[in-house]
Amino acid sequence: MTAGASRSLVVVSAGLSQPSSTRLLADRLAAATERHLEDAGIAPKLRVVELRDHARDLTNHLLTGFPTPALQEAIDAVVSADGLIVVSPIFSASFSGLFKMFFDVIERDGFAGKPVLIAATGGTARHSLAIDHALRPLFAYLNAAVVPTGVFAATEDWGHGAVAADGTLVERIDRAARELATAMVGRAPTAMRDPFTDPIPFEDLLRSNQG
Amino acid sequence: MEQTMQFGVFTVGDLTPHPTTGQTVTEAERIQIMVTVALKAEEIGLDVFAAGEHHNPPFVPSSPTTMLGYIAAKTDRIMLSTATTLITTNDPVKIAEDYAMLQHLADGRVDLMMGRGNTGPVYPWFGKDIRNGIALAYENYALLHRLWREDVVDWDGQFRTPLTGFTAVPRPLDGVPPFVWHGSIRSPEIAEQAAYYGDGFFHNNIFWPKDHVQRMVKLYRERWEHYGHGPADRAIVGLGGHVFMRPNSQDAIREFRPFFDHAPVYGGGMSLEDYMDQTPMTIGSPQEVIDRTMGFREFVGDYQRQLFIADHAGLPLKVVLEQMDILGEQVIPVLRKEFAALRPAEVSDGPPLHPRVLAAQAARGGPLTSAAPEDSVTSTETAVPA
Repeated sequence: MTAGASRSLVVVSAGLSQPSSTRLLADRLAAATERHLEDAGIAPKLRVVELRDHARDLTNHLLTGFPTPALQEAIDAVVSADGLIVVSPIFSASFSGLFKMFFDVIERDGFAGKPVLIAATGGTARHSLAIDHALRPLFAYLNAAVVPTGVFAATEDWGHGAVAADGTLVERIDRAARELATAMVGRAPTAMRDPFTDPIPFEDLLRSNQG
Repeated sequence: MEQTMQFGVFTVGDLTPHPTTGQTVTEAERIQIMVTVALKAEEIGLDVFAAGEHHNPPFVPSSPTTMLGYIAAKTDRIMLSTATTLITTNDPVKIAEDYAMLQHLADGRVDLMMGRGNTGPVYPWFGKDIRNGIALAYENYALLHRLWREDVVDWDGQFRTPLTGFTAVPRPLDGVPPFVWHGSIRSPEIAEQAAYYGDGFFHNNIFWPKDHVQRMVKLYRERWEHYGHGPADRAIVGLGGHVFMRPNSQDAIREFRPFFDHAPVYGGGMSLEDYMDQTPMTIGSPQEVIDRTMGFREFVGDYQRQLFIADHAGLPLKVVLEQMDILGEQVIPVLRKEFAALRPAEVSDGPPLHPRVLAAQAARGGPLTSAAPEDSVTSTETAVPA
């Protein structure tokens, strides 16, 4: 690995209470991913987006059509990230409305090929399939590269100890984090093109709009 | 004859209930309100009246050249424009014909602003695919541009029947096509298009934060220079604006708040105070409006046209006309003077005008000379009850 190489890792947490088990899971996933990136010689640059802080701005964005500077900054961080960890509580058989609102206001092309680790929390393990019937299709639609292991943490999972035995939360976190780190290392850093400072010439726009 | 920066009003023609009485004017009344606003604009010495084009309720004006043709016959001096003309779903051949006809009837007092519209289903209603929005804006405008400049056009494109040996009639008045603005809130592709043709660029400057308006105008100016039309600061820029004024700013806010809170275009989420903080909207005293508007030139540079939204959100006609009086008496005279004092000599004051409009201004002794008193409309003799 190139010395001095780095990757940006952005965590999106849709937990509502403070502290929240959703954020707790997000932090464990972030720490594990950072560890695997460092093992691969990559310096992780971590940024956490707490959607709770943007709840009003998200509603306003949906109604007025533009983001506040703080929300825009969070959106830019997600779109320019080299890897994403997204964590939502499961409400009524799916991700929370707040979680969906955030991804609703981001242009779809901001996710193409981006490595994403999906994770969720819930009261009991009976909600765990929401990972695969709700989160995974959302990020498939966004053309993200979702890692194979999704992590669901039920309340009881937090009492299973520190040892990474097969199938425990600690083991699932580590497996998913390793998959995410591997995907991030294997992909060139996200290149952002600013259409305002790097415009596409009109002749090219004309050509690309034909056919 | 010296040109001046243009100030004017634009209307979207919405039928919005009054927020406290729940009353909505009829379509007939709404159309008369728009006409009254246009005549008032001429009376108080504004330079431009611009009308929107819509094809769905709660909006009324679907047929801008019919309305502008009527207004042209009732006015002598004011420029008639659009905000916007749907370049995506209208046939460019019909735009070429309609606006050339209007230009003849109005003796050159016509320009227009191209836009893509804001209502998805208008595309399929007019046989188009919204996914081609930008492509339609490009192709249709390329054809319109040729139809006004070439007497006989042979043409093939993706979106319209081909043309062989076609002449759009009438030809533009004296061979001078109407000046064109391209309006877009958020698409850099449209700023690029305006720059490519050396046309004007208009930002409505109402719904988005100023940082965004600034980026759009900066891109347009840089690309205007790139395409060889001249230095970036000479590009032709127009801005919208939304103001509501009373002598005391607290009174303005108290009176306007219910209209803001209930107007569909403002969402119903953000508070009026947050909205004013995050967008260029100004609800306050005339001096606050002057200060805020002068501030626009700090983020877009010296510009050529300032339009304020006039009648909308269910504001009664009486209030709209009062607002226009404040604009005409207390705000715009000051803005004219202050903008002119700050503008470098080499930067054009206003957008290009038809030679006949320039000649008429010269004959009158200035663009600001009021219409004859018998033509005037005042707030007490309006066509519609307020």
